[in-house]
Amino acid sequence: MDKTSYENLTRGIFRENPIFVMLLGMCPTLGVTTSANNGLGMGLATLFVLILSNCAISAVKNFIPDKVRIPCYIVIAATFVTVVDLSMAAYLPTLHAKLGIFIPLIVVNCLILGRAEAFASKNSVYQSFLDAIGMGLGFTMALTLLGITREVLGAGSLFGWNFAGEGAETMLLFIMPPGAFLALAGLIMAVNRVRGAAK
Amino acid sequence: MTKIKKAKSSLSGMIFILSLVAGLSALVLGSVYKLTEEPIKKAKDTKELEAIKEVVYGDFANNPFEERFTISTADGKGKLELFPARDENGNIISVAIKTFSNNGFGGKIELMAGYFVDGTINKYKVIEHKETPGLGTKVAEPKFSEQFHGIHPGKHVFKVKQDGGNIDAVTAATISSRAVVDAIQRGYDAFNKLSAGN
Repeated sequence: MDKTSYENLTRGIFRENPIFVMLLGMCPTLGVTTSANNGLGMGLATLFVLILSNCAISAVKNFIPDKVRIPCYIVIAATFVTVVDLSMAAYLPTLHAKLGIFIPLIVVNCLILGRAEAFASKNSVYQSFLDAIGMGLGFTMALTLLGITREVLGAGSLFGWNFAGEGAETMLLFIMPPGAFLALAGLIMAVNRVRGAAK
Repeated sequence: MTKIKKAKSSLSGMIFILSLVAGLSALVLGSVYKLTEEPIKKAKDTKELEAIKEVVYGDFANNPFEERFTISTADGKGKLELFPARDENGNIISVAIKTFSNNGFGGKIELMAGYFVDGTINKYKVIEHKETPGLGTKVAEPKFSEQFHGIHPGKHVFKVKQDGGNIDAVTAATISSRAVVDAIQRGYDAFNKLSAGN
C-alpha cells in the first residue's frame, strides 16, 4: 500500500476523527449513544452506508453537474440508507428492533454528505473506499466510547451486562440528553490532551 | 490527479441528471422493497407468535396466531387483536391481546398482554415503542413488568403509585409506566366487554 492510500485509510481513525476532531454528525452521536450497544450498532450501520455512498458518489462524480451535486448525493445516500433499513428489518429483525428509528437518521448524518463533498467527489473510487473505512471506523469507535461512558455512569452496566446490581443508584443524568453533551465534552477534552501531548 | 472535465451545469443537463438519479433510486428502492416484503412480514409474525407464547398462561395445544380475531375496544372506537390459547380439549385457558396506548412518552406503545380467562393479568411484552432508550425502555424489564402478574384490573386499583395505585413506576419514566397500565387496561376492558356479551 502506498503512502497516500495509507494516509487516507488511517486519517479518520484518530488524527481527523469525525466526532472528536471534526465534530461531524453530532445529531446521531448525541441522540443514540445511551448504551454501548446502541453506539456500536449505529456506528457499524453508518460505516456500511458510508462505504457504499462514498464508492457510488466517487464513481458517478464526473456525470453530475456541479449545481445539482448536493441533491444527487443526498438521494444516493438516502437510497443506501433505506436499503440497509429494509434489509435489516428482513434479515436481522432483533438488531433492527434495537436500533429502530436511528437507522433512517443516518441520512441526515453530515458525515456522509461531508465525506461525499470533501473527499469522494474529488478522488478515485479506491481512495474513497479507503477514506470511508477510516472515517467509518473512527465514527464507530467514537460512538462506542461515548456509549460506554454514558452506559457505565448512567445505567451501571456495560454492553448490557449489569455490574452495579439491580436498582443501584446511578447517575441517571448521563443517559438523558444533557448527559450526552457532558460525556462528549469530557471525551473531547481527553482526546485534545492526548493530541496536544503528541504534538 | 488529472482533472477530468466535469459535466456542465446546463438547465437541461441538470434536470436530466437529477431525474436519472431519482429514477435509479426509485428503481433500487422498489426492488429492495419487493424483495424484503415477505421476510419482513414473516419476521413480524414470528415476533408476535413468540410474544404470545411468552405472555399466555401455560402451554397451549392450538396455534393462537391462526385463530386470532379482532375485538372492539370498550368505547367502540378502536380494534384490538385477540389470540385465544386452548388446551387439548379446545377449552380456552388464557388469551393474549395485542393492545396499545397512545400516551407513551414517544407516542404509541404496542403491547402483547396475556390474561387469564377471568381477566387477571398474567404477563405482558412490549412489541413496539418509541420510548427514551435507557429510561422509558425499562418498562420492558422484569423489575417493572413482574408487578403486573396476578393483578385483576377490575378488582384492584390498577394505577401507578403517583396516581394512587400499587404499581411502582420506573424511575424518571412515569409517563411510559402509565402508558403500559393504560394499554393493559384497554385490553382488559375490551376483553371484559366481550366476555359480558357472551
